[in-house]
Amino acid sequence: MSQADVAVAEGAAGVGGAAGTAVRPSPLWTLGLLRSELVTTLRRWRTLALLGVLAAVPILVGISVKIETSGDGQAGRGGGGGPAFISQITNNGLFLVFTALAATLPFFLPMAVGVVAGDAIAGEANAGTLRYLLVAPAGRTRLLLTKYATTMAFCLLATLVVAASALAVGALLFPLGGLTTISGTQISFTEGLGRALLIALVVAASLTGIAALGLFVSTLTNSGIAAMATTVGLLITVQILDQIPQLHALQPYFFSHYWLSFADLMRDPVYWDDLVKNLELQTLYAAVFGSAAWARFTTKDITA
Amino acid sequence: MDQPSATEREPEEPGDSEQSRGSGASRGSGGDAAASASVIDTRGLTKRYRGGQLAVDGLDLTVPVGSVFGFLGPNGSGKTTTIRMLMGLIEPTSGTARVLGRPMPRASRAVLPHVGALIEGPALYGFLSGRDNLLRYDAADPTADPRTRRARVETALDRVGLTAAAAKKARAYSLGMKQRLGLAAALLQPRKLLVLDEPTNGLDPQGMREIRSLVRELAADGTTVFLSSHLLDEIEQVCTHAAVMAQGRLITQGAVADLAAGARGLLVVTTPDTGEAARVLKEQGVADVVAAEDRVTGEPPERDLAEVNAALVAAGVRVRGFVLERASLEDAFVALTGEGFDVAG
Repeated sequence: MSQADVAVAEGAAGVGGAAGTAVRPSPLWTLGLLRSELVTTLRRWRTLALLGVLAAVPILVGISVKIETSGDGQAGRGGGGGPAFISQITNNGLFLVFTALAATLPFFLPMAVGVVAGDAIAGEANAGTLRYLLVAPAGRTRLLLTKYATTMAFCLLATLVVAASALAVGALLFPLGGLTTISGTQISFTEGLGRALLIALVVAASLTGIAALGLFVSTLTNSGIAAMATTVGLLITVQILDQIPQLHALQPYFFSHYWLSFADLMRDPVYWDDLVKNLELQTLYAAVFGSAAWARFTTKDITA
Repeated sequence: MDQPSATEREPEEPGDSEQSRGSGASRGSGGDAAASASVIDTRGLTKRYRGGQLAVDGLDLTVPVGSVFGFLGPNGSGKTTTIRMLMGLIEPTSGTARVLGRPMPRASRAVLPHVGALIEGPALYGFLSGRDNLLRYDAADPTADPRTRRARVETALDRVGLTAAAAKKARAYSLGMKQRLGLAAALLQPRKLLVLDEPTNGLDPQGMREIRSLVRELAADGTTVFLSSHLLDEIEQVCTHAAVMAQGRLITQGAVADLAAGARGLLVVTTPDTGEAARVLKEQGVADVVAAEDRVTGEPPERDLAEVNAALVAAGVRVRGFVLERASLEDAFVALTGEGFDVAG
């Protein structure tokens, strides 16, 4: 194919000789880096391990609920604790999706995202590959955007892995069917499935804030481990601060504050207020820390 | 850093450097030569790190088009900082650097696709195969045609002799193989300039020879090669020009022949007839003749040494040995820096 293309290019340019192979770069070629980045991220053993852990959470929850309720047949009425929706799993396996997302969103999911985001720039710097990407030349803004896009893709993938694993386990261990919303109305199984997908998307979007934060931290250091640890440390700190009543005034600005608002999608009609606040907050975090990461990375001396 | 083009801000440029890729590299190189005869040109280039340490101090470096340029200096003399500034990785504190006639780091996106670089050793993704490493680096270049990517990667692998190991994970590569893969990454596209920082590091003698012949081959194709090394004989063997740095300053630069000429060679004649030999050698224009035991030494004359030898024999001098001990670049270097080469600055 290239022979013909080259011939055409040569004819069009009106220049012969060895230089004929030089074809004007297409704007689409710039996406090659994104594709390479996605593939490279997924081929890292660490990424697969994180996804494996996330896939295991619904399996554990499903099996423990099954064991606990196998005796008396009724959901754990006495306990009342545990993640949202857990008491309804025995009636409908679809609720395992909601439970699993509620169980992983506070820590497992953001931790996985923190690892990927924290490693994004710092890991490349640590391995020395950053300098070769930049002299390729990847372009600093382009590389940063590619890294952020890849991290967001990972947020979505990680959430979908949890949801898919939960759906599979729920279908295997429990009956499926129409379900009752928090408001008490009945919706069909298909609509329930639609809600589950919507919830997965909202959960993925909830992680964009910490993704931007992790990326910013990643531009500050040349050690991938340090960046990952810092990001995960910030996550834990914010989660703890969010529990302290005295900090009530600050809490609405914590990126994790509205995370569990996704449960409002299970109301009928959907209660949008906190969902919108959550998405606004994530956008704000992405804008602030994305800009900070850009300002830092485009002016940084690359000495690694 | 990510300006789409620096052409509009560089009115004195014909503005063809970017277009030359599309319409013919031959015209491009001609245009560059007209704009400036140097591939790298720095003026007062200075880098002071945040700690206050002055790494590079007022560097005026000129690398002529088509040269194989040796960049010499002890460890810590500022070579790598200079290379990083030339490649747009580090912002200079003051001064300017022009690469291929365009200012760096501002014109990075236009300049760097024409530059292949090996900086401070290779860096690879250990969990990817050698081939996949090259595919990734090539994908990072937005001007690299994805349709020819695989073919170009195979050619680069073949060029450095890694085809057989291309499917192996880079983690399992030896240092020499990593070095070769790093070189292959620099050769993914036809380049106008190759910047090679210690390219033979970690290679066995056979590998070193291969790299040297590769450098010569590339230079013969018209690629300018900027080679940093601390192996002086390596520089002497392949380079046409050289520059010497010490403690952040440029000590000297020029053609290798001129640099070595600063410390001239020594003619050594071994003979039992030292008195007669010394007389004939003086006649033949040898300066500073010194006779000692069975050796006569002196500074070689301009004329053909074969005639000097013939004259000795014609005068009945019994010659056991007739050797020109060439002044090495190392002699010149030691004379310039006043210290052993491998002493850290």
